[in-house]
Order: sequence, then structure tokens, then C-alpha cells
Amino acid sequence: MNERGPSSVDLLIASDRAPAKAHPELLTEDAIWALLDNVKDPEVPAVSVIELGIIRALSWDGNHLSVDVTPTYSGCPATELIEELIVEALRAFGIRDSHINRVLTPAWSTDWITDEGREKLRAYGIAPPQGNASKMSLLGTVEVITCPFCDSKHTERISEFGSTACKALYRCRDCLEPFDYFKCI
Amino acid sequence: MTEQKALQDYLLRLADSDMILSQRLCELCGKAPAIEEEMAIMNVGLDLVGQARNWYEYAAEQIDDGRDADKLCFLRDALDYRNLLLVEQPNEDYAVTTARQFFFDVWHYFTLKSLVDANDERIANIAAKAVKEATYHLRRSSEWVKRMGDGTEESHRRIQEAFDLLWRFTGELVTPDETDHTMFKAGIGPDPEKLKRDWFGMVREVAAQATLKTGAEDAWMYMGGKSGVHTEHLGFILAEMQFLPRAYPDATTW
Repeated sequence: MNERGPSSVDLLIASDRAPAKAHPELLTEDAIWALLDNVKDPEVPAVSVIELGIIRALSWDGNHLSVDVTPTYSGCPATELIEELIVEALRAFGIRDSHINRVLTPAWSTDWITDEGREKLRAYGIAPPQGNASKMSLLGTVEVITCPFCDSKHTERISEFGSTACKALYRCRDCLEPFDYFKCI
Repeated sequence: MTEQKALQDYLLRLADSDMILSQRLCELCGKAPAIEEEMAIMNVGLDLVGQARNWYEYAAEQIDDGRDADKLCFLRDALDYRNLLLVEQPNEDYAVTTARQFFFDVWHYFTLKSLVDANDERIANIAAKAVKEATYHLRRSSEWVKRMGDGTEESHRRIQEAFDLLWRFTGELVTPDETDHTMFKAGIGPDPEKLKRDWFGMVREVAAQATLKTGAEDAWMYMGGKSGVHTEHLGFILAEMQFLPRAYPDATTW
């Protein structure tokens, strides 16, 4: 198939990095999804970008790989870093020619966080989003959020925003621990 | 007014209002009254910066004169800024910061909700993302208005004074001009009449729950931000916000 010689950069610069694998075209899409499952969200390192649901699609054009990524929030400061981490992970795997497509539509929803991701969030001390984003009410009832530490439903919201835009700040009235809640959007 | 000109103008209004309010909010970094509020305000500001960038990028493509999003943001002067007068008003006490946010959030929420159905795909996509964030902003600011209004004697007095102080800047939010009409006819912008009804409806509903009085719909209003005629505050905001890229135009990282 394709003859992929070393790129011009490799000829000019000695590198102490592991040599790239020579046949990226042999990588199946499943292998790339599995690879990206190792790329963690830098702000919530408990979950991967796959579990978070922000990788929307992969597509090959010859040796060129496009990765569609959607930001969680418009102003999420981790967006650029996540994109760099993805490109870096792909390069380390031998995929030198890749680029990130930032897609806004359909807008990211917490409904896309996988079950595994939700469990990992809980284990990490962040209450996973509860209920369905499409049913979120504007000025209505406050949802009952379960404490990720003691499973109590006796919790209260301290602030609509926690340590990042995607989280709200809660407190458990039984075990008294404060905790982040990953908001439904 | 051509539709293209109106579109450029409209995109800059959305971008500039997000940007200037965000800049105002970031002045509170390190000095908000409570740490939870500080985090909330910084996160709201961050959402607004992200949305502003999306609007600026699209505006830059539409204006197509070689300027990119950064240049539109950092190299235009007050007369070229198209933000609402409301968002450039100073933070003052926390009641004023809250009332300003609430009036803006109601406008922002209904505007974005309508833009989700714009027959311009890019606008619809940016709005679909932004409206989820604006929903949280509005929930937070309306809860604070209720808490302060229905709180202590002092909190009630302060938020009522903030409502009275800022009311004169709210007319601009719901008074359409030629750009707004052109955008509505083009199937992009919200129906001005509906926006006005929705805005007053929600503001009055929340105010009633907060035991607050709102001003008259036909009260005298300051206008002009949307066409570049600003209050004296905008120049100071831009001086601070634009200093670095103007002083070091070749800087690419800071």
C-alpha cells in the first residue's frame, strides 16, 4: 500500500522519542477509539475524552485522519489542550498526519457521557449528571442530587457553578462533605 | 440597509455584548463577595468569552477585510463597538452586578432561543451551544434577584435601587432598529415584538416573586450602544482590555 518514508522533520532532527510506527493505514478505527480512550480530560482526569462523549467522529482520507471534537462549553479553557493531547496521542501511535475538526453541532450534551464515565466520575467524587438534559427546566424544580461519597439524597446546592463551568457546587447534609455536581446540559 | 451589512452588524452586537460583559465580570476576579460567587462569575464570564469568540470568528468571515476575530475584538475603538449600553455599566455593589446580569440574561436567553431556529446554519449552531449556557446564567441570576429582593431589608433596598438605576438601559434590549428588523425579515433575528413581550414577561414575573418594582415600559431610555454611541465607561474598559495587543501588536502569546 502506501510507502510512508520518514518525514522531512525526521531526517533533520534527531529525536529521543520512540520511532513512530510505520503503517498507520493498518490501524483499524476500533484501535484508534481504544487509543483515544487513554486521553483524559485534563480538568477531570478520571474520565477519558471518549467517556465524556466529546469525540464525535473519525475519518480517514488516505493517510490523513480527521477527528471531530465538540467542546463541552463555548468557553471551556481545556478545549485547546484536549485537542493537543489528542494529536499528541495519535502521533505517539504513529499517526503523524491528523487534524482536529472543532464541531459545534449537534451541541454537546451530558447525555453523551457513557455509563462507564458516569461511574468513574462518581468514584472520583463528582456526582454525575442526573436525569435527562432535554428535560432540564429553566426556573422550575431543583433536582435531587445524590452525594457521591455517602449516597445520601439529602444534599443542597451551594452555587450554580463549581470549580469549572461544567460543574455546580453541592454539599451533603448527612456526611457534610462538599462536592461537585456535573451539570446536565 | 443591505442584508449583508445588517448581518455583519448583528454579529458584532452579539460578540461585543458578550465580550464587554465578560470583561466587566472579570474585574471581580479576586474580589467577589464570596468564593462561590467568584467561581460562578468567572465561569459565566468564561462562557461569554467563548461565545464571543464564536461570533467574532463568524463576523470576521462575513466582514472579510482581512481582520480576524482577535483584531475585531482588540483593534476597534468605542465608536465601532456595538455592545448594549447595559453591559458596560460598572459593577458597583453586588446588587447592581446581579441586576445587570439578570436583565442581560433574560434578553440573552430569549435571543439565543430564537437564533437556534435562524435560517443561517452557522448562527443556529453557535446559538444552540450558547443557549444551554445562557439557561444556567439566567437560573443563577434570577435566583439571586429573588433572594436579595425577598431577603433582608437592606438587600431588598439595594436590589431595588439597582433595578431603578439600570432600568434606563433596558429599553435598548427590546427596542428594534433597522438592523434588528432586517435580520428578522431575513429569517435570522428574533421577532422584535415577541422578544419584547418575553423580556418584560419574565422580568416582571421574577420581580414579582422578589417583591420588587420594575419601571415603566415607556420610561425614557438611553439608547445608542447598538449603533456605536456609548456611555463614558466603554472607553475605559477598552483601554484596559486592548492595552496589551495594541502595545505589542506582534505578540502571539501572553
